[in-house]
Amino acid sequence: MTMWTWLHKFASPPHAYRLLGTLAPWFGWPALGLILLAAWWGLVKAPADYQQGDAFRILYVHAPSAWMSMFTYVVMAVAAGIGLVWRIKLAHAAAAAAAPIGASFTFLALATGSIWGKPMWGTWWVWDARLTSELILLFLYLGYMALRASFDDPQRADRASAVLAIVGVINVPIIHYSVEWWTTLHQPASVTKLDKPSIDIAMLIPLFIMIAGFQLYFGWAICRRLRGEILRRERNASWLKEAR
Amino acid sequence: MLPDGAVLEARAINCWRGDRHILRDVSFAVRSGEFLKITGPNGVGKTTLLRVVCGLLPAESGAIEWRGRPVQGASDEFHTDMAYLGHLNSLKADLTARENLRFLAGLRQALTPADVDAALDRVGILSRGDLQTRSLSAGQKRRLALSRLLLADAALWILDEPVTNLDAAGVDLVEELVREHVGRGGIAVAAAHQRLLDDDPELRRLELN
Amino acid sequence: MQRAATFSAARLVFRRDLMLAWRRWDEVTQPLIFYVVVTTLFPLATTPDLSELQKISGGVVWVAALLSSLLALESLFRSDVEDGTMEQWVLSGQPLGWLLLAKVASHWVLTGLPLVVMSPIVGTALGLPFDAWGTLMLSLLLGTATLSVLGGIGAALTVGVRRGSVLLSLLVLPLAMPLLIFGSRAVTMVMDGDSPSGPLQLLAAIFFLTLSLGPLAMAAAIRISVES
Repeated sequence: MTMWTWLHKFASPPHAYRLLGTLAPWFGWPALGLILLAAWWGLVKAPADYQQGDAFRILYVHAPSAWMSMFTYVVMAVAAGIGLVWRIKLAHAAAAAAAPIGASFTFLALATGSIWGKPMWGTWWVWDARLTSELILLFLYLGYMALRASFDDPQRADRASAVLAIVGVINVPIIHYSVEWWTTLHQPASVTKLDKPSIDIAMLIPLFIMIAGFQLYFGWAICRRLRGEILRRERNASWLKEAR
Repeated sequence: MLPDGAVLEARAINCWRGDRHILRDVSFAVRSGEFLKITGPNGVGKTTLLRVVCGLLPAESGAIEWRGRPVQGASDEFHTDMAYLGHLNSLKADLTARENLRFLAGLRQALTPADVDAALDRVGILSRGDLQTRSLSAGQKRRLALSRLLLADAALWILDEPVTNLDAAGVDLVEELVREHVGRGGIAVAAAHQRLLDDDPELRRLELN
Repeated sequence: MQRAATFSAARLVFRRDLMLAWRRWDEVTQPLIFYVVVTTLFPLATTPDLSELQKISGGVVWVAALLSSLLALESLFRSDVEDGTMEQWVLSGQPLGWLLLAKVASHWVLTGLPLVVMSPIVGTALGLPFDAWGTLMLSLLLGTATLSVLGGIGAALTVGVRRGSVLLSLLVLPLAMPLLIFGSRAVTMVMDGDSPSGPLQLLAAIFFLTLSLGPLAMAAAIRISVES
């Protein structure tokens, strides 16, 4: 019983608003610290890869971005599912807040992948498995956001996009697998082009630090955006007017 | 048709559309043999309330109970016991009156052509049975929509402005049908502006504002 | 009177839609004409050389079929939602997923199946050899059927939205990319002399998965669309 009362209390907008405001800096400052640490380590301290030279360093941003883009989609779909099944508005707000964050990570992964590709293969784009999957994921995010935007009724927007998010999350493994299959047919023996170079512990540490930093950044960004969503949805509510 | 004591109960229904708190703690109870008329000015939420009762629109809080059990979670069973006449007639313009009944009322009940004809006759449009619905007048379309109720075998009738587009004879028809239904032990809930069974002793009223 | 069985209700829906389409058959032929027109764009845009076109023929036929199917799907639920029929289906007491699946099935028979039948003709115009016909048709059979269900989910979500057809394509095309990959590759493989059974089996697996979960998603989406 206490778990449900806690959840209900948390899900009440004024309480959530205050809690998120308190939490945000606890995510934000460590995130900044870890990201800077990982950036310094990756850009300066870690040894250059003997095959790819310094260009591979972009991996330290590319791989965590790609990971976070997937992670965020799952979070978004789970939140949307909770909102749909248990009718918790805050969950729908969380899904809405997560979408642009995930789309940004996806875009960052694509951009860094493209920047990585240029010195390696001379082209700004290559139809590699990971980049293609990220591109399709970007389409899924954009579709989700477009669907949300096409309704005036916020309840319909929440619920319809929740169904879409769940259908999308089920499809993501299928899309991944089909894209992998599609690329390996042409190069049976090769690895994903933008793959990690031969693994060395010294290279992995900054990667993990960056992933941790990105996760904390996600926590901070979600707190901030969710607060904004709550404000937007509750703009006529009495508790807001009292707070002013 | 149904044992005495069947009850439709709504408890503390709250509903928001967008930012507007349309239904505030609405409650009512109707028993077998009773007719509930919901009145109120335009836009006050009569249609919203009926749609919440049907299960088309979820309410933010509150509960609907039919025969003592909550409707949510057992909606297919509830729907077999209930028939809804909304603002829209639910008719396909390209189908004839007979075909419309066959393909819609036929989803609920196994119908014979005689059943369909009997229903059309009761509402007075049997002669129009093979005309495409687009050629019917607004009043005839409403009567056709009403005939669906007769084929539904439902204990509970939920009617949203049933007399829309009907002339005086049509209004009398609706009153007759409702009286017969309620007389058999059925329950009718209707949203109406106009005079509808206002002098009936079994009438209960719910005023929304 | 006796309650109608779910299967009879589904069959009624199937027959009703065929009957309605029969009375407006010009709407049914439009996607097919679009299919042929779109296919014609590719040689015009690239080369009239059949041996060159042959290399991409599988892909082009598939893309054209995908786009034509999507065109037809946009209005799948619109008229039923607008005239109030759909809300009656929700209230019919029958499992909504089955009724919607019956509707999608009749839609596929009217639009997807003709595309499948036309595909060898369209493919031949792009240099597709005769021995690839079987694989082409089988892959499109599975693909268009799956797409009808996926598109049905998209159509259910976007009923009543302004310029809904663009949004529908944006939502459904990414989900349809695996179908495109496996389907067109199956055709290319058979042209290269390899067995297409791998991708065809994957297509079939996706079809069955979509068939089992799709109606649930469609029903949820329709309920949301019908609320107001």
